[in-house]
Amino acid sequence: MAEDPYKVLGVARDATPEAIKKAYRKLARKHHPDLNPGKPEAEARFKAASAANDLLSDPDKRARFDRGEIDAEGQEQRPAGGYRRHAEEAPGERYSRRADADMFEDLFADLFEARRAADSAPRRGQDAAYRLEVPFLSAVQGATERLSLPDGRSLSVKIPPGVVTGQVLRLRGQGHPGRNGGPAGDAMIELEVADHPLIRRDGNDLRMELPVTLKEAVLGGPVVVPTPSGPLRVTLPPHSDSGRQIRLRGKGVAAHGTRAAGDLFLTLRVMIGPPDAALEAFLRDWSPETPSNPREGLEAAT
Amino acid sequence: MMTLELLCQRFTALRPEDLEHWISEGYVRPDAAEGELVFQEIDVERVRLILDLREVMAVNEDALPVVLSLLDQLYALRRRLRRLGLEPDDEA
Repeated sequence: MAEDPYKVLGVARDATPEAIKKAYRKLARKHHPDLNPGKPEAEARFKAASAANDLLSDPDKRARFDRGEIDAEGQEQRPAGGYRRHAEEAPGERYSRRADADMFEDLFADLFEARRAADSAPRRGQDAAYRLEVPFLSAVQGATERLSLPDGRSLSVKIPPGVVTGQVLRLRGQGHPGRNGGPAGDAMIELEVADHPLIRRDGNDLRMELPVTLKEAVLGGPVVVPTPSGPLRVTLPPHSDSGRQIRLRGKGVAAHGTRAAGDLFLTLRVMIGPPDAALEAFLRDWSPETPSNPREGLEAAT
Repeated sequence: MMTLELLCQRFTALRPEDLEHWISEGYVRPDAAEGELVFQEIDVERVRLILDLREVMAVNEDALPVVLSLLDQLYALRRRLRRLGLEPDDEA
């Protein structure tokens, strides 16, 4: 438990803010550690006085302390006495020369002049960083998305096809304004590509499952597949089993610059559909031409 | 190592004009490298001390050089005692 801050500063409980400030000032002059090298007790007393002052000079904290809501501990400690540690060692030589009149002024005059000139010179604005969530299909096909800025403006961002999460687009001149007529900075837009419930990205290729009916799987035939580049008519070869892969060239991520378009891979999945009496009757009487055991390969797993 | 801008950000009570004045007077003695001021740790702590003197102890600008000069002499003596192999705080 730290000491009562009123006792530390030596003031009454109803002391005015001015009285508190005055008491703290007096103690600080006496005990500041940089003015008392080699007196550890001075540092402790200065710290205690600072903590007490932090507490009592803040009307809110003082009221809460008076109501017993907070105790005298846990107050922020000011880091003081840091100078002493350096001044006692070799770096302290820096300040052992007597300050001759004009010596430092001459030394730094040019530098200050240069700084002032630099301050009034045109300066390019800073870059501004933003994040933009890009819908999956926009990343695949390319699109123009709108980015709303915190200041109410909005930017039109052209998304080239094939962007990935983490990629940063630069919009020249859309960052913070320049100073003294300097050019504006750039907007740096970090992209985050959303997932798609059905389609997966694999580099520039896309993968999706294609559900087919039992009849389509056995007999083959044309099916219409919705793809990112629009509905496509695909002719299934007969006997297309679950797991069979069909590659649609150039139907993946759209081409961009010198990069060719990716492919779309469809993985078939046979769906037997709702209960069907005729199908069940047929299967009951059916004996396959070539009986086979689809679980043959599984023995290795046991 | 710090620049003037970083230093002014660290100490909210510090105005760049004050710091420039202190540097011109030699109260704070940074290095000048390629047209930039470079503050070592001791300079940063010295700025903190000067701010403490001004804000907390109400030492005014006129008294500041007196206080700093006395302090510099005190620390110079203590360093000298150390070099001679004496602990400044030992009795005897």
